[in-house]
Amino acid sequence: MTDTTDLDRQLDALEAEGLAAIEAAATAAELDAARIRLLGRKEGRLTSIMRGLGGLSPEARPAAGAKANRVKQVLSEALDAREADLSMEGPGDGARTDLSLPARRDWAGAQHPVTRVIDEICTVLARLGFTRARGPEAETDWYNFTALNTPLDHPAADMHDTFYLAPGVLLRSHTSPVQIRTMQSHQPPIRIVAPGMVYRRDPFDASHAPGFDQLEGLAVDEGITFVDLKATLAEFARGMFGEDARVRFRPSYFPFTEPSAEVDVSCLICGGGGCSACKGTGWIEIMGAGMVHPSVFEHAGYDPERYTGFAFGMGPGRIAMLRYGIPDIRLLYDTDIRFLQQFSDLP
Amino acid sequence: MNISYRWLQELVPGLQLSPEQVAERLAMLGAPVDEVVPVGAQLGDIVIGRVIEARRHPNADRLSLCVVDAGASEPLQVVCGAPNVTAGAFYPFAPVGATLPDGMVIRKAKIRGEVSQGMLCSARELNLGREHDGILELHGEFETGRRFIDAVGLDDARLVVDITPNRPDLLSHVGVAREIAADTGLEMRLSDLPDAPALQPPVLLGDGSPESAADGVTIRIEDTRLCPRYIGLVIRGVKVGPSPEWLASRLRAAGLRPISNVVDATNWVLHELGQPLHAFDLQRLGDQVVVRRARTGESIVTLDDVERKLTGDMLVIADADRPVAVAGVMGGADTEVQHDTRDILLECALFDAAAVRGARRALNLSTDASYRFERGIDTDSMETAVVRAAQLILATAGGTPGEGAVAGPGLPSPEPVRLRLARVARVLGEHFDAATVERHLRPLGFDAAAAGDDAVVVNVPAHRRHDVAREEDLIEEIARRHGYDNFSDELRPFRPGTVPTHPLFLLEDRLRRMLVARGFLEAHTAAFAPAPDGDVALLLPLAATESRLRRALLPGLLRRCEYNFARGARSIRLFELGTVFGPPANDAGLPVEETRLAVAVTGLRRPAHWTEPDAEFDIWDLKALMRELGAALGLGVEEHAGNELLDDGLSFRLVSDDNGEVRGRGGRVRPGVVDAPAWAGDIWAVEIRLDAVPQPTVRYRPLPTQPAVERDLALLVPDAVPAAAVAAAISSAAGSLLEEVAAFDVYSGPGVADGVRSIAYRLRFRAGDRTLTDDEVDELVNRVLQRLLNEMGVRQRA
Repeated sequence: MTDTTDLDRQLDALEAEGLAAIEAAATAAELDAARIRLLGRKEGRLTSIMRGLGGLSPEARPAAGAKANRVKQVLSEALDAREADLSMEGPGDGARTDLSLPARRDWAGAQHPVTRVIDEICTVLARLGFTRARGPEAETDWYNFTALNTPLDHPAADMHDTFYLAPGVLLRSHTSPVQIRTMQSHQPPIRIVAPGMVYRRDPFDASHAPGFDQLEGLAVDEGITFVDLKATLAEFARGMFGEDARVRFRPSYFPFTEPSAEVDVSCLICGGGGCSACKGTGWIEIMGAGMVHPSVFEHAGYDPERYTGFAFGMGPGRIAMLRYGIPDIRLLYDTDIRFLQQFSDLP
Repeated sequence: MNISYRWLQELVPGLQLSPEQVAERLAMLGAPVDEVVPVGAQLGDIVIGRVIEARRHPNADRLSLCVVDAGASEPLQVVCGAPNVTAGAFYPFAPVGATLPDGMVIRKAKIRGEVSQGMLCSARELNLGREHDGILELHGEFETGRRFIDAVGLDDARLVVDITPNRPDLLSHVGVAREIAADTGLEMRLSDLPDAPALQPPVLLGDGSPESAADGVTIRIEDTRLCPRYIGLVIRGVKVGPSPEWLASRLRAAGLRPISNVVDATNWVLHELGQPLHAFDLQRLGDQVVVRRARTGESIVTLDDVERKLTGDMLVIADADRPVAVAGVMGGADTEVQHDTRDILLECALFDAAAVRGARRALNLSTDASYRFERGIDTDSMETAVVRAAQLILATAGGTPGEGAVAGPGLPSPEPVRLRLARVARVLGEHFDAATVERHLRPLGFDAAAAGDDAVVVNVPAHRRHDVAREEDLIEEIARRHGYDNFSDELRPFRPGTVPTHPLFLLEDRLRRMLVARGFLEAHTAAFAPAPDGDVALLLPLAATESRLRRALLPGLLRRCEYNFARGARSIRLFELGTVFGPPANDAGLPVEETRLAVAVTGLRRPAHWTEPDAEFDIWDLKALMRELGAALGLGVEEHAGNELLDDGLSFRLVSDDNGEVRGRGGRVRPGVVDAPAWAGDIWAVEIRLDAVPQPTVRYRPLPTQPAVERDLALLVPDAVPAAAVAAAISSAAGSLLEEVAAFDVYSGPGVADGVRSIAYRLRFRAGDRTLTDDEVDELVNRVLQRLLNEMGVRQRA
């Protein structure tokens, strides 16, 4: 005579162990083996337990049979579910998927580091009211030199320093001609920033390129002063280089501004403590700036007694080199994809 | 400009700042210091030694065996290899244990069997110059054993100052001293020269006419525009020799190489006052000095022993018949002061900047003198310079000064500059009263006096006439003296500008974002191109490969692909936004410029992944890319025949939706155009001319409320009929109830006749106001099939 409780216990054990075995099956083959072991018609554990049914009293048989059927159903469902899981997880041979394998990818695009810096600069300056202007890269010597208070016998205007295309026609050596063109075509107030390529007759080396990027800013209105210049560029430096960035203004010389200033920002690398990037001074020169020279206004057709203004210029390439630690300007213009990929936002 | 810190200290008595502090102040005054070089700092172990006896080394012909008094109780035996070692002379001496600047430590040694207890040093070994023709003989009397740098005054620092081109006055110790004195509230004054005899200033004769004479020498200026003034001073009976150490060391500290007492005197004055001087050997010169233009065919051998051809636009100093100096640039070798020179003519002249620049360029010969003449010298200190040089020469070379001759009218004094205080405030944003303005300007040599309540009248000193001529220049001086850092930097409200952002920037932003998101890398290059790729030539290119300006972006971008192929890359995706240039088309002569976008792509469509087979970027990827770019630019994609760059049959063009203008092309790059390795795949390229177009506007359409009915049609389309034409015919025949038609499968092969392919189209019908019935749709499909059969011989596949 079979004991009802013993059979009950066997069915409970089969259910628990069976579910664990099914969960543990890592491959379709293991799962098949488990199915045969648990529910196999001839040698399966359920079959052997069911054989014990015959030894029960007739009154006990229906309940025990019902329980055996329920366990069979539970295990069958678990086997099917696990089978479905395994077939979803893995390709082909039923191996468990190694999720540490790399994800499917798309090509990682990247903006050029220089145009990226230009965008950042323009974004910061947009908050200060500056809109983007542009002008031709090939210019007349009048726009590039004369109108900017630079006589044509100035060394910068020499054939050996500036690329000429024809007598009086040249590749602009700075973005400053955009100042003149903008003032000729618009009335004050003027607040523009003009990024673009400029050209100087410097052979390529680690810090020179015959064509490189420059960015020019110009603000003209009644009542603009040196204080506004300082305030605007200090605000710019904080927006561009962080709230802790400090600026320092040193007297300098540009023919088209007076007073003129070199603008230093506290070193981007060491923060001002002194390092090799700033030659131990804690400062890095990033801009030239100044109050627009009256003769520039005269050339542009503005009344210098009525209007004052400030202008500033910087090299986005140089800022990109500092910011990203690029040691050689040629890397910027070589178009080596191993270099460009480093500026991708994707992993 | 090299500035000796000791020299500066002498010119500004009481200066308490360290060399580094001076550098910091100069930076804030507009003359940044590139480096502060300690002079003599590595020479602390070197002492003064005197050679008591020098004889031939018993075992070596080229070596000397010396007995040296280096201050110790016992003289030392030293082996020396220099040819110039002389008994009785003083030399820098490195005793045993001393470290030389190159790190070498002197040890007691045995050289060819003789003990050597130290080393007599050359200038090069002490980092004091490049001369290696022997040990450094010190001229004068010295205490043996004393530290060398103390004994000769080499305990100094050299400040390498970066001078802006507008400030030639700072190309001198006096100029820098004047700034530092003004900044620190001290006085600047010329120092007394050691050993200098009390000398009555020589009498300078001249009445402003172009001719003058003194001491038997006549001076005549033929062109007073190019040479407004020429001062000549004769000194007879000099004894040329080495300069005393105090003078030689001072010049070394300033980075100069001592030559001889007479030449060193002129160099001293050049670096002290910024006044270029020249000394001629009077015997070799004769009794006439003519300042004139060179004559055709004339030439001169300059001091550097190079023969130089002269041209008629160059100004020269000549004697009775030949040029003896290129004015303001360099003297001639024939009249150079030499060791046997007895009488000299000292020249201090004013030459026209443009004339000197022209000669310097033509001769490719830049000198300390030409550098200063081109930028402008201090016309008020010419007499001082001559007197000071004469004093130095008398002190170091002896001789008797004669009278000086002054020829030429000089330069007229400019009008004083009127400075409005209101203007100062308008430019600087802070108010300065007349007293403050005067206090700022006077220490720099400006003569400033209040003129009424609202202005100051300023006389500009000669040393500042090259950069201060108008009100704005004085405003900058006030700002500089006030200190740029002392101005407020409080942000004030501003009015928005009238210039809208240029629309091309917005377009570039959009395209750049789109392409970066699609996995493209941005190239950014200059516009240079080799001759075949450009129409606009540079007059003086740096390289043959950069002799033109590009007429298109793609050739350059394809070269960049080659560059990356050469570095092993197979999948390359590049784009560039840039300017291209065409021949001038207007009166200004400016080339025509266009902003363009170019894309070049080759290799895998996506990075390889084991879950899918590798697929190459193909024509359908290109078409998709061009459609996206076209959508952003208001351009449609059309098939296109190809050109010299792009393959026939695998090309598209981009055509303006507005006016049908062709704005761009794209396709497969013809084989052979790119030097690609065998393993490279097809290269695909697009180039588009960018015109500012309005951002595409979006209009909402109501969402459908009625269900759609879809029908698939497999059509047998003759090869000559384009799929797009079939789609267009379907749309036209089906009318407004057809919502969309799209080809979704193409098949040719068994079961389909030659010359025909099977294209499957899915048609989606929908009515806005009701549910379509099958009958309605069947009728529309039949109408479509009928039209296709009649018009293009397209039938439904059975």
